[in-house]
Amino acid sequence: MDRRLQYILFAVWVLALASTPFWASNYIVRLAVVVAMYSALTLSWNFIGGFAGYPSFSTAAFFGLGCYAGALAQRAGIPMVLAWGVATLATGAFAAALGAIILRLRGHYFAIGSIAVVEVVRLVISSWGSLTGGGDGLNLPLLSGGPNAVARIFLIVMVTLMIVTFLITVYVDRSRLGFGLRCIQQNEDAANMAGVNITLYKVIAYTLSALFCGTVGAAYASWTGYIDPTDSFSIIMTVKVPVMCLLGGPGTVLGPVIGTAAFTLLEEVFWANFLDYNRAILGAVIVILIFFLPGGLLAISYRGLGARLFGRRKAAA
Amino acid sequence: MTILVAERVSRNFGGIRAIDDLSFALNQGEIVALIGPNGAGKTTLVNLLTGVLRPSSGHIRFEGADVTAQRPFEAARRGLARTFQIVQPFPRMSVLENVAAAALFGGKQESVAAAMGVAREQLEFTGLTAFADRPASALTLAGRKRLELAKSMATSPKVLMLDEVNAGLNSGEIDGALALIHQIADRGVTILVIEHLMKVVLSLAQRVLVLHHGQLIAEGPAQQVVRDPRVVEAYLGEKFAKRFGVEAAQGEVAHG
Repeated sequence: MDRRLQYILFAVWVLALASTPFWASNYIVRLAVVVAMYSALTLSWNFIGGFAGYPSFSTAAFFGLGCYAGALAQRAGIPMVLAWGVATLATGAFAAALGAIILRLRGHYFAIGSIAVVEVVRLVISSWGSLTGGGDGLNLPLLSGGPNAVARIFLIVMVTLMIVTFLITVYVDRSRLGFGLRCIQQNEDAANMAGVNITLYKVIAYTLSALFCGTVGAAYASWTGYIDPTDSFSIIMTVKVPVMCLLGGPGTVLGPVIGTAAFTLLEEVFWANFLDYNRAILGAVIVILIFFLPGGLLAISYRGLGARLFGRRKAAA
Repeated sequence: MTILVAERVSRNFGGIRAIDDLSFALNQGEIVALIGPNGAGKTTLVNLLTGVLRPSSGHIRFEGADVTAQRPFEAARRGLARTFQIVQPFPRMSVLENVAAAALFGGKQESVAAAMGVAREQLEFTGLTAFADRPASALTLAGRKRLELAKSMATSPKVLMLDEVNAGLNSGEIDGALALIHQIADRGVTILVIEHLMKVVLSLAQRVLVLHHGQLIAEGPAQQVVRDPRVVEAYLGEKFAKRFGVEAAQGEVAHG
């Protein structure tokens, strides 16, 4: 899909999400917050998983760290927005240090290593009771104004984060960083031979994939007012984010956003209609979509599809 | 003037000594062939020279500087380029983007746009312009070997190592490749060709290095090296070498 068209679609989508308080129910507004939040996470994952082609399952580790870093900073008396900044930097520094170690692994080994990170960080947080409250979790000061007003504030926050990660994606996509990451994704040894500093580029991509997960986590903690290890480091999130990106189109600019929207829509449909089996149906749908659409929704030739439908109708007439 | 020097370089893989106390030098602007039977250590040597492998002992010097511990991307940026025996394209990128990547990173171009310009020149030079927008995976083997050449040329190399660029090509394609290599040499690039095809070696190289069991067993002009009994023995084995030697001698008597 043409890049300019992708930018236009993104702008339309931002307007649609941001304007929900004016035309939709509070339920939809909350859904918009979640969609914007997951879009930021998926766009972040796209740097390492899409551009560089490294199947990272660390998203929940970064999100959870962001939750705790933000919560602890806020409890230490740092103002809310500054605390989010602290969480962002802490998560980014953690990812940079960790990336230099686990990015030596490739393929499946990297995937397993990155899942282990989620579990290790979760265990450390839940065992370190004196600092983190352990399994009891942490309370945060609630914003005043009632849940609906608060949801509106966080809609703006999450949409802003989504826009920021999107703008960075656009920049990376056009820069030498993005070019180098694509080379790594296609053939890492050849990239090295062509002169790409592969270690440095992978660490940058991994850090970019963590940075805004930290911000989103901290903002999420402030929104809900309470965090605990199970909720912050959920394995579902760590799987959902890559699936969303793969569904939309990994390594593209708009793919992560489309994938998040499509996945959330499916989730809502199945949740509403099949309360008991919704996860199972969703799982089957994911398998089918990824099996038949390896390049994601963006890779479909819509013009070809239209021509085929149109052609068939003509033939029938 | 020497440009690339190996000083007593060794490399072990477990108990196997793939390169054994090897020393040689390449002079600025010459074309040298590296030959040897399968498993002699030719590709290992190229890997040592381009930072893919690190020597177990010894030193490698490039333009006077010690580059023993360099990594592959540093070698590419320095001007030590190579092609792969087994071609290594970025399969889902276009042919143009493949070459532009080498120009951008190895050739240290300022911007993606500048790299694309350099890439177009190199595609023109290697005769791939018509395929610029096709994915690299759509090229034939001969095309991919040319792409390897275009990629390594896009890094503006000072030394170019060609690891069997002619393997698997038909004779028409080989003639085309030879003409290209001559043109590259005319630009002042020092070339090390690794080759099995004696036709190529004899038509290109001013000097031949013969590698066997990781050691240099002969060095000198091509015509002289192919008559060296140690070289013949390395390729044919002792028994055949003796018979070949006798027959060659008889042949010379008959012709004389």
